Amino acid sequence: MSSFLEADLVVRRTGYTLEVSLNAERGDVIAVIGPNGAGKSTLVRALAGVVRVSEGRITCQDMAWDSGDGSPIRVQQRNIGMVFQEQLLFPHLSVLDNVSFGPRCRGAGRRESHRSAQRWLDRLGVNELSHRRPSQLSGGQAQRVAVARALATDPAVLLLDEPFAALDVGVAMALRFELARHLAEFGGVSILVTHDAIDTMTIANRVVVLDEGRVAQTGTPAEVAQRPRTEHVARLVGLNALRGHSRGTDVLLLDGSRLISVTPLDGEVFASFSPSSVALTLDEPVGSVRNRWPGTVSSVVPHGAAVRVHLDAGKSLIADVTPDSAARLSLAPGRRVWAAVKATEIAVYGTAA
Amino acid sequence: MRASTGRRTSPHQATADSAAGPAVGRAPLRLLLPALLGLGLLAFPLLSLLARTPWTTMPARLVEPKVLDALWLSLLTSTIAMGLCLVLGLPLAWVLARLSFPGRSFLRGLVTVPLVLPPVVAGVALLTAFGRNGVLGGPLREVGISIPFTTTAVVIAHTFVALPFFVISVEGALRATNQDYDVVAATLGADRWTIFRRVTLPLAFPGIVAGMVLGWARSLGEFGATITFAGNFPGTTQTMPLYVYEALQSDPDAALVLSVILLLVSILVLALLRERWLYSAVR
Repeated sequence: MSSFLEADLVVRRTGYTLEVSLNAERGDVIAVIGPNGAGKSTLVRALAGVVRVSEGRITCQDMAWDSGDGSPIRVQQRNIGMVFQEQLLFPHLSVLDNVSFGPRCRGAGRRESHRSAQRWLDRLGVNELSHRRPSQLSGGQAQRVAVARALATDPAVLLLDEPFAALDVGVAMALRFELARHLAEFGGVSILVTHDAIDTMTIANRVVVLDEGRVAQTGTPAEVAQRPRTEHVARLVGLNALRGHSRGTDVLLLDGSRLISVTPLDGEVFASFSPSSVALTLDEPVGSVRNRWPGTVSSVVPHGAAVRVHLDAGKSLIADVTPDSAARLSLAPGRRVWAAVKATEIAVYGTAA
Repeated sequence: MRASTGRRTSPHQATADSAAGPAVGRAPLRLLLPALLGLGLLAFPLLSLLARTPWTTMPARLVEPKVLDALWLSLLTSTIAMGLCLVLGLPLAWVLARLSFPGRSFLRGLVTVPLVLPPVVAGVALLTAFGRNGVLGGPLREVGISIPFTTTAVVIAHTFVALPFFVISVEGALRATNQDYDVVAATLGADRWTIFRRVTLPLAFPGIVAGMVLGWARSLGEFGATITFAGNFPGTTQTMPLYVYEALQSDPDAALVLSVILLLVSILVLALLRERWLYSAVR
């Protein structure tokens, strides 16, 4: 039995290659994360058929979208809906006509497509806006209309390219929870490109981490958050993740310093620990803590009830301390400190997915 | 908060605030003086034209048969030329803006040539192509069709000089619209013709109007190519500029009257083309 959506694709451009393998089942919401230039948007556009795939196959519901023979089926024939960061509502059409555009193109009559458009506007909670022009909508309203428009053609795959990135924080938060509900009810596969760890945690049931055009990690949001395999994701979820070579419980880090863990492993590893497990002192700590590195404070910013300190210690580290100790240590950029982490606080795992 | 996607913002708007510039001192005379002279050179002849125009006899002169003929012929041929620009130029602009194929830049260059070509050369080129012994004109004469020195020739000459203005203006407008609108429409199931009709065209509408006005104005003032290719026959090929030129030798007042009219039309076109007006019209 094949998956609902199977994609195995390579996109080659000068100086750049995207190589992704992806399987998804009905109801999956897949978050695609990764740094700028990792290929997130290219992946989405390749699935949509807007970007030409150099090699590979895409199959959806047993229908070949691209069978690798150089003649993929066109965008119009793929059963997709697409939502962009900039909404891209047709500015010359009313909200209702924007949402009924899809059904009309798919052959529905005027009245019928208006009815289904109205139904989608209802579900997205923006039915009272149906006669407005896109220029009269707020960002959040416009994005709701854009989602309604994408869903109105009853797609099998919904592609969302950073749908919250252009919205105010509060608006994005409200829409995020609402969208999570709609995607959960949606009967197809959703693929959500995002820059935000919250999206990954609240909306997705699977995460694909892209790095330099390749899949660096896949898993559930919890797995990826606890054991990030790229620095980018570690930063996104707010963890320290150091790469190194492990022999037993002794890890030689990339900057030449050492780290002691309690997990014996041999080979290339990531060692990750939370910022709150990093203790800062002015003098070299004495006692049982064996993981200690001297460093320089590069920034000090409030982080919830704590203070987040970025350190340059040969590797970059983040530490969360109480405002009280930040004051006591006079933490400011340029300040020399020692960072210490207990071995029991460190998770060590292999770099391969 | 207003959503600001997909709208063209005028480059003038962005610089308007800084137009006055920071206060770094008085403007130097050696810049102000030539600036004033240049301004004078542009404005003085136009003001002189207005000053010498026989305003009192203007209504009477306007209804003289020869004037009316020229006026009517000019409006007719320019408007037909504008229609041809739309029918031929819009697809051409779309091809240049939306399709990628080898030789596209060459093609765009070709389209731009008539922009800088001396109009009389355009007339000669048209004669070479469609003249009585021309490349195409010869065979056409065999079957009894003769184009030069007819109203058709006027329309062809007008279209030849106006089309590049139209195409370049519309191509710019098409390029300026975010192509992701096309992508969205395609994901919604629209084929390329539907995308053109329901998305591209409405979004580029202000640019198309601008191109039409520009092309119309260009053909209304067309002189060199017309007189070379179509001649100067009252009633059939004598457009306003041609009549102005002829009248200047026999009846200078009539020339003044028609010149003022052409001047007013130019000012009107300028007013229509003001970006703000055009872009606010579709919002």
